[in-house]
Formats: sequence, structure tokens, C-alpha cells
Amino acid sequence: MNSFNVNSIFRFVTLILIQVLIFNNINFMGSINPYPYILFVLLFPINNNRTLFIFLSFMLGLFVDIFSNSGGVHAAACVTIAFIRPPVLKFAFGMIYEHQTIKFNNTEFGNRVIYFSILIFIHHLILFSLEIFNISNIILVAQKTLFSSIFTIILCALISILFSNKQR
Amino acid sequence: MFLLLFVISLGLTIQSHSYHKSKFINSANFLTGGIYEGASGISNYFDLDDQNEILVEENNRLRSQIFNSNDSVAMETPFVDSLSYAGRYKIQTAKIINNNYASTKNYLTINKGERDSIKEDLGVITSKGIVGIIDNTSNGYARVLSILNTKSRINAQLKSSNHIGSLKWDGNSGSTTVQLTDISKFAPVKIGDTIITGGQSTIFPKGIHIGTIDLFDLDISGDTYTIQVKLFNDMTNLSHVYVIENLDSQEIKLLENPIDE
Repeated sequence: MNSFNVNSIFRFVTLILIQVLIFNNINFMGSINPYPYILFVLLFPINNNRTLFIFLSFMLGLFVDIFSNSGGVHAAACVTIAFIRPPVLKFAFGMIYEHQTIKFNNTEFGNRVIYFSILIFIHHLILFSLEIFNISNIILVAQKTLFSSIFTIILCALISILFSNKQR
Repeated sequence: MFLLLFVISLGLTIQSHSYHKSKFINSANFLTGGIYEGASGISNYFDLDDQNEILVEENNRLRSQIFNSNDSVAMETPFVDSLSYAGRYKIQTAKIINNNYASTKNYLTINKGERDSIKEDLGVITSKGIVGIIDNTSNGYARVLSILNTKSRINAQLKSSNHIGSLKWDGNSGSTTVQLTDISKFAPVKIGDTIITGGQSTIFPKGIHIGTIDLFDLDISGDTYTIQVKLFNDMTNLSHVYVIENLDSQEIKLLENPIDE
């Protein structure tokens, strides 16, 4: 339990710092930024206190908001994906999730990518629609969501491969 | 739990959409300012060459202004004591420690705050053109509402005539172009002309360069031009900026809105 706490806190702080100092400044092709900090939400251990989980996701989003001057858009998006995570887990992993024995390190890669993609896409959709906040710019929202999602999915997959090997 | 937190974050979002309301969630506080300053201390080294070149360019221009000005006038101007000099504008230098230009609501953070008598509504410029307006301050840092922000409105005019309009940004035309709207259809608009700040606002002095006209067309209503302005500033590469304070702004505001007081 203790090592889990230390691990989570470390992950929380590192992901926020990496996000605001590096990934917010990538600006690929002008304005495409990935948001891999949500790996914290994606990889949070499953059999845990749900209220705590949603609250931590909120704090994660809020910190990124404070750094990037964006009001509460990241917080809203993070809380939402934390809330809808269980159904998505069930959809992506099927039987294994039912038995509550899932460990992200030894799930199949394909399943993991599907799971990441769904949550990342929802997160980005909420993020950009709230940020732009204008129905007449709906094409811009769709465009930004699509490109950023692809970027984030690739990065998340890479990072999770990198770090899952070490733990095995 | 979910609903509660979701409503809180929605509230913060909506609050941030109204000008001058986002007091709490901003990058000009002690923690974020400190972290950004540390990080920019490192990344500044990689940018030193470019910034030196910009400074040399500016020195060069100022020198040529001195040498080419009318000598007899310059020599006869008596020495002005800077303490008693009653100028209208006070200028301070500051450094950008965080710069955003990829979202639709972009802000910058600078390393001066209330301690250096930086207040809200001061203008921020570089040697080449305008950057934005200060919209939030803490003790040691201040947040600048960039001209690349859909909330930004700046009074601007054509250099060749006195037709004024307001400078906005539509959020999807990239970091090099902004829009100048509400220019009367009688104005002599030509591609390549220079756009400068207008003297109508109390924030910027008149005549600071903004950019050149790239494209223009009539509004749907047919009464005003909407002009695409190509900025002189490279908003993606900023480091040293000047903060301008109009010392008369209090007086002008008091005169214009006597009922408020």
C-alpha cells in the first residue's frame, strides 16, 4: 500500500511537470499538442476507492489548468474520463475485468490501445469543445480533437511500453 | 461526487471566459511562476543567439534614429532630469517566462509583478511590435493576455490615415496573422500598408507598429473592411519585452466615466 502511494504521488507530479514544461510547448504543425498526462488516469490501479480516484483526477486536471491558464477545461475532461472509466474497461478487456484481477502490465497490447484510444478521444473532445466554447467553430474542434488524439495515443502507447517492461 | 466536481470545473471554465474574472486559476501565482522561471532559466541559454541579434537590431535602429535626427534641435534640448521629468509613459523591461500560442486562448507569463509596480491593463510590447495586455498580477509575476487570444480587443488604425478599428484574433488563423475589423469602407486600404496602434485607448501610446496588411475584404454588411494583418512580431519567439504604463490613464478614465466614481 505504501509503495503504491509513493508510486502514485511520484507519477502525479512527474506527469504534470512533463506536461506543462515539455508537451505544452511542442506545437507540432503550428498548434497540435499531445496531452499524455492523462496516463495517470488511464493507468490508475483499478481495485481502489472510486471517490478518491475521481478526486485525484480532478486535482490532476486542475493543476494542468493552473499552469496553462485554461480555466477548468482540463479538470472537467479528467473528471469525466475518470467517471466513465469502468464501462470502458469492461468493453476493452471483457472477461479479465470482471474478475477484478487486471494488471495493466500483462494485458494484451491491442486491448490496451483500444482502451487508451476511447478514453483519450473523449478527453480531447471535451477539452477542446470547452476551450473553444463556440458552436460555429465546430470544425476546428473536430480537427484539433482528431490530430491531438492521434498524437496522444501514440505517445501513451510508447510510454506504457517503455515503463511496463521495467516493472516485469 | 462526479457531478459536483464536474460542475466546479465547468464553473471555472465559464468564469475564465469572462474578461478579468479568472483570478484564481492562472499561471501568475507563486508556485507556477517559480517553476516556469526555473525552466525558462535553462531554456534561455539555447535562445541567446537569436535574442542577441534582436537586441543588436534594435540598437542599430535607435542609433540611426539619433544620428539622423535634426542635430541642432538635439543639441539644444536641455538636460532632462529623469526624476522630475513629467513624461506620459513609463517603460519597464521584463522577461517572458512562459509563452503559449497554440491554443485559442493564449497567455504569457512575465517575471515582474506588483513588486515592480506592474498593474493590470498595462501594455506589453517588444522592439518590433505589440504583444498583449497585462490581465492578472501576483507579487512577483504577471500574466499577459496575448493578442493571440480570442478575448483580446485592441484599438488600432491605419498608418496612412486615421481610420480606427479593433484588432481581434479568430483563433484559427495561426500565430502570424490577426484580424483588424470595423475599418470604415471609405478608408484607403492597400495591401502592404502598415497597421499601428491607435491613440484612442489609454493602454498603448499611438504609433506602435503591429503589422502589415496581408488581405482585406468587405464585411457581409458591406460597411466595414475586415483586414488580415500579418504581424511584425514572431509571437513564437519572444524573450525580452517592455511594459508600458500610461501615467495619465487614471485621469483620462476619471474624465470619461465620471458617474462610476
